[in-house]
Amino acid sequence: MLKFERTLALRFLREGRMQTALIIGGTSIGVSLIIFITGVLTGVQADLVSRTLGTQAHVVVRPPDEVNHPQLLKDDGPVVFATVQARAQRLRSIDQWQYLAAELAALPEVAALAPTVSGPGFVLRGEVDKSITVVGIDPQPYNRVTKLNEKIVMGSLALNADDAIIGVELAKDLGVSLGDKIHLQTARSAGSAFTVRGVYDLGNREANRRFVYVNLRTGQAILDLTGGASSLDIAVKDVFAAAPIATALRQHTDQKVESWEETNHELFTALSNQTIMTRIVRSFVAIIVAIGITSVLVVSVVQKQKEIGILRAIGASRGDILRVFLLQGAVIGVVGAICGSIIGTGLMALGSRVLRAADGSALFQVHFSLQLYAGAALVALVFGLLAATVPARRAAALDPAQAIRV
Amino acid sequence: MASPIIELDNIRKTYNEGTPIAQEVLHGVSFTVHEGEFTALIGPSGSGKSTLLNILGLLEPATSGSYRLNGQEVTQASEADRTRARLATVGFVFQFHHLLPAFTVLENVLLPGLIRDRTYTPACRVEALRLLEAVGLSHAVSKKPNALSGGMQQRVAIARALILTPKLVLADEPTGNLDTQTAADIFALLRRFNQERGTAFVIVTHDPRLAARCDRQIRLVDGVIVEDLRGPSS
Repeated sequence: MLKFERTLALRFLREGRMQTALIIGGTSIGVSLIIFITGVLTGVQADLVSRTLGTQAHVVVRPPDEVNHPQLLKDDGPVVFATVQARAQRLRSIDQWQYLAAELAALPEVAALAPTVSGPGFVLRGEVDKSITVVGIDPQPYNRVTKLNEKIVMGSLALNADDAIIGVELAKDLGVSLGDKIHLQTARSAGSAFTVRGVYDLGNREANRRFVYVNLRTGQAILDLTGGASSLDIAVKDVFAAAPIATALRQHTDQKVESWEETNHELFTALSNQTIMTRIVRSFVAIIVAIGITSVLVVSVVQKQKEIGILRAIGASRGDILRVFLLQGAVIGVVGAICGSIIGTGLMALGSRVLRAADGSALFQVHFSLQLYAGAALVALVFGLLAATVPARRAAALDPAQAIRV
Repeated sequence: MASPIIELDNIRKTYNEGTPIAQEVLHGVSFTVHEGEFTALIGPSGSGKSTLLNILGLLEPATSGSYRLNGQEVTQASEADRTRARLATVGFVFQFHHLLPAFTVLENVLLPGLIRDRTYTPACRVEALRLLEAVGLSHAVSKKPNALSGGMQQRVAIARALILTPKLVLADEPTGNLDTQTAADIFALLRRFNQERGTAFVIVTHDPRLAARCDRQIRLVDGVIVEDLRGPSS
């Protein structure tokens, strides 16, 4: 296909070796920058989300808020109360949560799902008592959702009926360590003694003081929610697609579904702004690359004026010449995309090793996304073609009689 | 009698028409060239020879008049139709041979075939090699044009003009840039193809000795045919 155009385009590019090398080099650097910026941003944002969310799930399903229904229908019309006091929200279980959990877990966009119970409680140790949140979890599925085991700094994520896992700050406040006993109780139960089996560090002092993890059944018992689950914690495959997934999940249930974007609005806004800024930078890089391709091809048209005239004289149509130059733009774009992808990947790999966060850990993890490379290649191809349009039209419009005389 | 390949009737050409600097360079040129004719187009510089050759080769349209190429009216033909007619009927040889430097000798000769067939066909390749042998360049098929002398490059251009067996070859001072001996050789080559293949040639030349060896001499002065001589061989 396009044998004539392909032959001419490749030969013209090969003939102007230095020009071709320079513009492909420029395009490669542009594409590599786009890949590097996008890759780093995705990595840094994923890392930031992971660090900031701690053990928050990407999507959480909770029972809907209880509301009062103040309108009483009478025969002669509705009676409306002047003031309606908001209803206090008691701790409740999700209705038929096992069925809902099975249904949601089977959805393709859901990576993991874990039922939890959580509610207010106290931890006592000697004369110290602290207000905490009791979280009843099934360790294995919960770990798949929150990767809590990665945050365990002492002990393990094993929870028998009378085991508890607490944060480093709470451990410090209570003066306890692994194997020590603490007393957990809630407003509705006298509670009992628990053995500290693990200590976690979520990287946030308040969070490290707040959550005390116990076995799901134990949590259900002390929160007076036997057999229930106050929330279904969900991890999705694409953390940045949590909001649309939450919207989609609402089609499956009447329960309250919230994504991390909704519960962490400030973080989400900051990340969105960052994404917009990066998008602007990437657009400018793409435009600069396109201008580079255009200028090189315009020069090429001027240089090849005579050849174009000869080709037209011996029977090449305007369309043939147009396609020869468009193809050159496409070739520059595609080769630039391939080289740029390789360079960009190298830069990302290097950046993930060299760039460090304040705590000394890697600033971001490299995510090799086929979508990113395909996107970069498509952008390079489209921009290459667009950039070649002006010179290609100019070449096609050349008057052969005049071009030969040059 | 051979059928006409070129039929020009009252052809006029005005540049910058409709502007204050409009200039008519051809003032009603009429002549007919038949298949197999070997015609020289002569005249002083600026007489309109190259313009006339461009019109004959459909590289530029006439302002008025009628032009039938190979029996087909092409005066008002669209750009696409003129390109198609040029590819099917006309071969070009230029003064400065105009080969594509990025292509080898063989590829240059194959170019019209590549444009027509969109690929290098075996038949075209055989014909190209045959023509290169006929012009004495069998040894240079893989060379780039820049590695050849002026005369050799002009031979390649002749082979390229003949690759699609056109009925008409238009040559714009094909020997104008060559020494006397090489010019005579090239002229002899054109004549040989004319006689062997029956291809009609219209050759623009300044060289009166070469013109005298053509079947016919059309002399153009200031855009008007002032002489149309048929030689003894016609």
